[in-house]
Amino acid sequence: MSEVLTYITEHAVQWGAVILLMLGLYIVMTRGNLIKKVIGLNIFQTAVFLLYISIGYVLDGAAPIVLEGAERYSNPLPHVLILTAIVVSVATTSLALALIVRIQEAYGSIEEDEILEHGET
Amino acid sequence: MSIVEHLPALQVAVPLLAAPLCAMMIRPSIAWPFAVLASWITFAISVALMDQVLTHGTIVYNMGGWSPPWGISYVIDPLNALLLLLVSGMAAIIMPGVRLGIGVEVTFRAQRLFFTVALLSLTGMLGIVITGDAFNLYVFLEISSLSSYALVAMGADRRASKAAFNYLIQGTIGATFILIGIGLVYMMTGTLNMADMADRLTDLHGSATIQAAFAFILVGAGIKFAMFPAHAWMPNAYTYAPSLVSAFFGATATKVGAYILIRFIYNVFGAEFAFDEMHVGWVLIPLGLAGAFVGSLVAIWQDDLKRMLAYSSVAQIGYVAAAIGLGNHDGLIAAIVHVFNHGLMKGALFLVMACVILRLGKADMTSFRGLGKRMPVTMGCFVVAGLSMIGVPFTVGFISKWYLILGALDAGMWPVAVLIVMSSLLSIIYIWRVVEVAYFSDPPDDVKVQEAPAMLLVPTLILTVLCIAFGVATKITVGVAGLAATSLGVYP
Repeated sequence: MSEVLTYITEHAVQWGAVILLMLGLYIVMTRGNLIKKVIGLNIFQTAVFLLYISIGYVLDGAAPIVLEGAERYSNPLPHVLILTAIVVSVATTSLALALIVRIQEAYGSIEEDEILEHGET
Repeated sequence: MSIVEHLPALQVAVPLLAAPLCAMMIRPSIAWPFAVLASWITFAISVALMDQVLTHGTIVYNMGGWSPPWGISYVIDPLNALLLLLVSGMAAIIMPGVRLGIGVEVTFRAQRLFFTVALLSLTGMLGIVITGDAFNLYVFLEISSLSSYALVAMGADRRASKAAFNYLIQGTIGATFILIGIGLVYMMTGTLNMADMADRLTDLHGSATIQAAFAFILVGAGIKFAMFPAHAWMPNAYTYAPSLVSAFFGATATKVGAYILIRFIYNVFGAEFAFDEMHVGWVLIPLGLAGAFVGSLVAIWQDDLKRMLAYSSVAQIGYVAAAIGLGNHDGLIAAIVHVFNHGLMKGALFLVMACVILRLGKADMTSFRGLGKRMPVTMGCFVVAGLSMIGVPFTVGFISKWYLILGALDAGMWPVAVLIVMSSLLSIIYIWRVVEVAYFSDPPDDVKVQEAPAMLLVPTLILTVLCIAFGVATKITVGVAGLAATSLGVYP
């Protein structure tokens, strides 16, 4: 039992990321409301950001700027990568929201079942 | 420093810089020739790059002079060069027709933005193909995807927005899966440069993290590639997008997905890991064949012909997936050649739809009645490209299916070869339905229809002629694909 516990606590960040990942994916798949789908997508992407940021952590590592007396530094590269990914995620979200506005104008609803109901024309 | 050395950078930079300039040009009559010029320059660059690769071998270009693995390098081998040629060539052929084609579908005010987004999409696809850096690939993937969603949403039908939204959700999940995969590989290897990754991964066989990374990238690329059963986004997106967008995407977007799959399976992870440890053939071949059958069967029942072509793409992508999964020299040649050839024929077929939609407002079975007499050239193009889709000798479709069957036999999988031939027979049915309606039923008397204008007809004709030309002169495509397969380490 204790082995399982240590396994989980040692990989706490990864477990957190996986749980968020699954939550996000579940929301995207099950919710009919388009805004909620976008929120789910955001949670899904954020989980990946967390995973990436955790890669950059080095045990006892200082912030990656030149410091007096620091011997080890955290790896800044994953953080920089994630800055890019965050920008992508913002762009995706804004485009999704713009599309939702257009769907609302065209169908008068953002609920998937209602769109499908009178949507075949 | 001559400009020739910087061609790899210019390949991506030209459309990237042209895009915002297009957005500043208020009048579409100025933005359009500018976009055409940009796409032609891009095409000329990729022709020059192909020439360089064939004479001097693989080109490695270090962005900003930073040497890899620290900087981003662009690597152009025969595989990249062929894909660059396909993507930029399609843009160069289709872009001149865009002005007329979108005239009926996109509002005047939005047209300059249409050109902007189209150029961005081109940039993204070229970037994915040319880059030698895994994270850079993800960024370009998102550039091309985001602009694709916007392009699909520009369709006149209100269902275009919904199709674009679904495409966005599924596309983002696919791209994020690829991002996770790249992250896991980075975690284990500490590098993002693909060549460097490939080097370090050889010592890491058996690692669960690498296996998970491979699975994530396979699924992510599969979604982008619209591989059955992850193809759900494609039929709606291609049906409701403006016709010329369907033509461009049908010819290029999924092909770039195929490229990602080939590059990661054969190059980054290595064929040995992918086939012996992960048994990727057992995933790709059954799914590919299932896609070939399901896609063709569903295509037979469609009334909207753009939707029919989209399902036919699902089937053709199935062949590419199966070919990648064969894992031998002929199979890989079949995959690469079919990516190129399918681009030509699907581009031609979607352009035919654009011509018909321009004249008749829609492309369903009833609007095709008697078109053989009224739009003889357009329908001629449909017949030739359709024959090519079936795989009749002296067309490009025959060449790729020939190598696919050779590959299947070489791998000792004769049932696969039989299934390929059987599913090809299904494509006869859906092409024949259209031919029958167009040539053997009387046109409705009340509608006056004439041939599509030259601006659209010429690109359609060029692609149709290429369908025959590359079917007869196979030396270029098969030759380059053979070189590409060898450079990926798959020998005959």
